[in-house]
Amino acid sequence: MRKGLTWFNVTSIVLGFAFLYIPIILLVIYSFNASRLVTVWAGFSTQWYWSLLENEQLIDAAWVTLRIAFFSSLVATVLGTMAALALTRYGRFGGRTLFSGMIYAPLVMPEVITGLSLLLLFVAVNFDRGFWTVLLAHITFTMCFVAVVVQSRLVTFDRTLEEAALDLGCPPFQTFFKITLPLILPAVVSGFMLAFTLSLDDLVIASFTTGPGATTLPMRIYSQVRLGVTPEINAVCTILIAIVTVVVIVASIVTKRAENQRQAEERAALQ
Amino acid sequence: MAMAGEKGRGRWVVIAVPYLWLLALFLAPFLIVFKISLSQDVVAQPPYAPQLDLSNGLAGITEFLSGLSFANYGYVLDFSNEFLEAYGSSLVIASISTLLLLLVGYPIAYGMARAPRSIQPTLLMLVILPFWTSFLIRVYAWIGILSPEGLLNQGLMALGVIDTPLEILNTNLAVYIGIVYSYLPFMVLPLYSALEKLDLTLLEAAADLGCPPVKAFWKITFPLSIPGVAAGALLCFIPAVGEFVIPDLLGGSDTLMIGKSLWTEFTVNRSWTVSSAVAVLLLLVLVIPIVIYQNIQQRELEAGK
Repeated sequence: MRKGLTWFNVTSIVLGFAFLYIPIILLVIYSFNASRLVTVWAGFSTQWYWSLLENEQLIDAAWVTLRIAFFSSLVATVLGTMAALALTRYGRFGGRTLFSGMIYAPLVMPEVITGLSLLLLFVAVNFDRGFWTVLLAHITFTMCFVAVVVQSRLVTFDRTLEEAALDLGCPPFQTFFKITLPLILPAVVSGFMLAFTLSLDDLVIASFTTGPGATTLPMRIYSQVRLGVTPEINAVCTILIAIVTVVVIVASIVTKRAENQRQAEERAALQ
Repeated sequence: MAMAGEKGRGRWVVIAVPYLWLLALFLAPFLIVFKISLSQDVVAQPPYAPQLDLSNGLAGITEFLSGLSFANYGYVLDFSNEFLEAYGSSLVIASISTLLLLLVGYPIAYGMARAPRSIQPTLLMLVILPFWTSFLIRVYAWIGILSPEGLLNQGLMALGVIDTPLEILNTNLAVYIGIVYSYLPFMVLPLYSALEKLDLTLLEAAADLGCPPVKAFWKITFPLSIPGVAAGALLCFIPAVGEFVIPDLLGGSDTLMIGKSLWTEFTVNRSWTVSSAVAVLLLLVLVIPIVIYQNIQQRELEAGK
């Protein structure tokens, strides 16, 4: 068995990444196409980006989407972290199997089912559909992703630190904020980011649960895409890709730095 | 014992808040879907009957129960209504896609797990990065590539491989490409984490004992990566069965998938009761894979402890 990069390994990585990235790169390139025909290259132009600024519907939708994504991921992070603590810290409690089932099932549940069931709930309790119903729906399905991310950090966590704090008389509530939270913070932050992007991205659940006045960006993009490929949509997509790429790269650099610093501090403390 | 009391109260809150939230917004909605699947469409607000009227006491409840029927299930399971065909074809499309995902994902995960340790985090990030960009955008990107005047056909015609454009967009082939492309990170990540844990000394021992590399792969590497294969396959298969966006945008009018049928039933035919029956049956089809998936997740966590 050869370790390292054999020709087979290099080929499969290169082909795999080409498959993953070429469609996205082509989409970005054609957003700068001067021609309205998306598939014929007619020179470089940024006109489609300027025409976006005049598209008020699209800007409204982007604003609605960002607000929903921000607030829903904030609440989902708190609820998801609590759920992760409940699953890893509190051992057996009544209905634990049901609880963990309700955490894992939404991860794979087809969106059409989640969307339809939430809509029927909102109708049954006579809740006016719009911004708030999409927000509630997004909190519900993204909190489970946060719970799983945070949980995977909590199980590898050194509990002696918490126990030491508790033994020294630190109240549990304070122990959580002084010891546990700082240590699981990278996982909480990635949980928040995951929830944010999932909410930003969601078409199906939002379409079911929304009402008048709360059209999200994916819903706008979808209704335009159904009519065909246009350079404006390419431009919107390019902007979204750029934002996400920058945020993900910055976040990974920040967490890596924090991790290195933590390790350095731990080493210093041991010496 | 003041501390134990405080711990007890804090513990209660931490469990109760997310628990009640999920009961109210995840479990209760399913019960409502089930109830509506047993109701009938009416022209009213809300558009289904019977309604449970508790103000009449017991009489209201019995009246409500006697109004329920399995008629919608009969309608969905009737061969002339295409729903059964859609369930079947969703399962076939999801199975073939999962197989393709394994074939495409395994070599990538394998290559990543064997790459030098120093570049593995970068490779991992490169696999995850497209997942962060919108799902809708990634599906949309393929429309421009696969359409008759799209980039793939232009490229192949310029190279002289074909004379007339290939019909790929709006066929099942486009749906397979779309699913494989969008779900690839979900397949690669569990495979990678299984392969990366593999003890290489086992393979060295096999080589020392004269086992050829290909045989060693099938005798050692692949069997040890089965948990990753199972997790990745379920993570792709279950949502793929109910997929709506990909068959809608890339598939043709003859592409039958149950997620699309449910959506059409709901938005075009506006029958809430039939859509609910479709959803309940879809859930029944998926309940076994979902339970298996949960058990794998749980075991993975126990092992991590």
